[in-house]
Amino acid sequence: MQLYGTEITSPLLLGTAQYPSPAILGDAIRASGTEVITVSLRRETAAGDGGAFWQILKDLGCHILPNTAGCHSVQEAVTTARMARDLFKTNWIKLEVIGNPDTLHPDVFGLVEAAGILTGEGFEVFPYTTDDLSVAEQLIKAGCRVLMPWGAPIGSGQGLRTPDALRSMRAHFPGTTLIVDAGIGKPSHAAQAMELGFDAVLLNTAVAKAGNPALMAAAMARAVAAGRDAFRAQPIEPRDMAAPSTPVMGMASL
Amino acid sequence: MIITVNAAPHEVNATRLSEALAELGFTSPAIATALNGEFVAAAARDETRLNENDRLEVLAPMQGG
Repeated sequence: MQLYGTEITSPLLLGTAQYPSPAILGDAIRASGTEVITVSLRRETAAGDGGAFWQILKDLGCHILPNTAGCHSVQEAVTTARMARDLFKTNWIKLEVIGNPDTLHPDVFGLVEAAGILTGEGFEVFPYTTDDLSVAEQLIKAGCRVLMPWGAPIGSGQGLRTPDALRSMRAHFPGTTLIVDAGIGKPSHAAQAMELGFDAVLLNTAVAKAGNPALMAAAMARAVAAGRDAFRAQPIEPRDMAAPSTPVMGMASL
Repeated sequence: MIITVNAAPHEVNATRLSEALAELGFTSPAIATALNGEFVAAAARDETRLNENDRLEVLAPMQGG
């Protein structure tokens, strides 16, 4: 998988929030085999420990994908992205412009506007979006080469609520890197996204809030690998009626 | 002068952003700054002057999804 020219082997991207401890966060990241982890920017206190967390992230050796989580306006998101680039020294930005505080539904109008501004400044934008094809078109016109539609609301763990729409998205944008971002709860959900032909899955809560985050991270890694292999293997089409797998020819007359 | 730092009022003697950060105890290099809603790059903090009632945001890496 290419992420703006960077070759990434693991189709699992992992968030760094909500883990019981930094040690468990590290265990989960290592168990997942991920090469890309998401981080945020939040207010620092004088003599705060943001620098310590940054050191933990650097020691993990993953690519850093900063986010604009919590931003509800274009101005907030763009300014946060600029601050993230200054600190993390990367052009990558996971662009979130939130439209609704309860569902965390993306504000797709603000998202397209912010994506245009940021790509114009040299950012490589990973937009958290919906499965709406016209919005996806606009994001690509704005310069996005990666699209990240939600599977379900952030943190809900519901799995893919609109697999048909996601399948359409894959068919419409065969050359665009597509990542399901948000809503994954179980490895079967992650495998399903990969079976649809998505390039990767980005998740956080499903691992961080599991009873054993490292074990769940390992399970997610196996699930995305299985789903990717399944897509490449070209699954059979479902059918309504039964079709015997054992040959009918040669049946004895008993 | 009084400026607002991460939503709390602070009195500072410094007139430049880089000096104010040191005065306020923000010693970690892993911070990003915005003044009155506008991003200020680390390289521009020395030349960025502060004014009464400015709003300063100082952000650091944090866990994120």
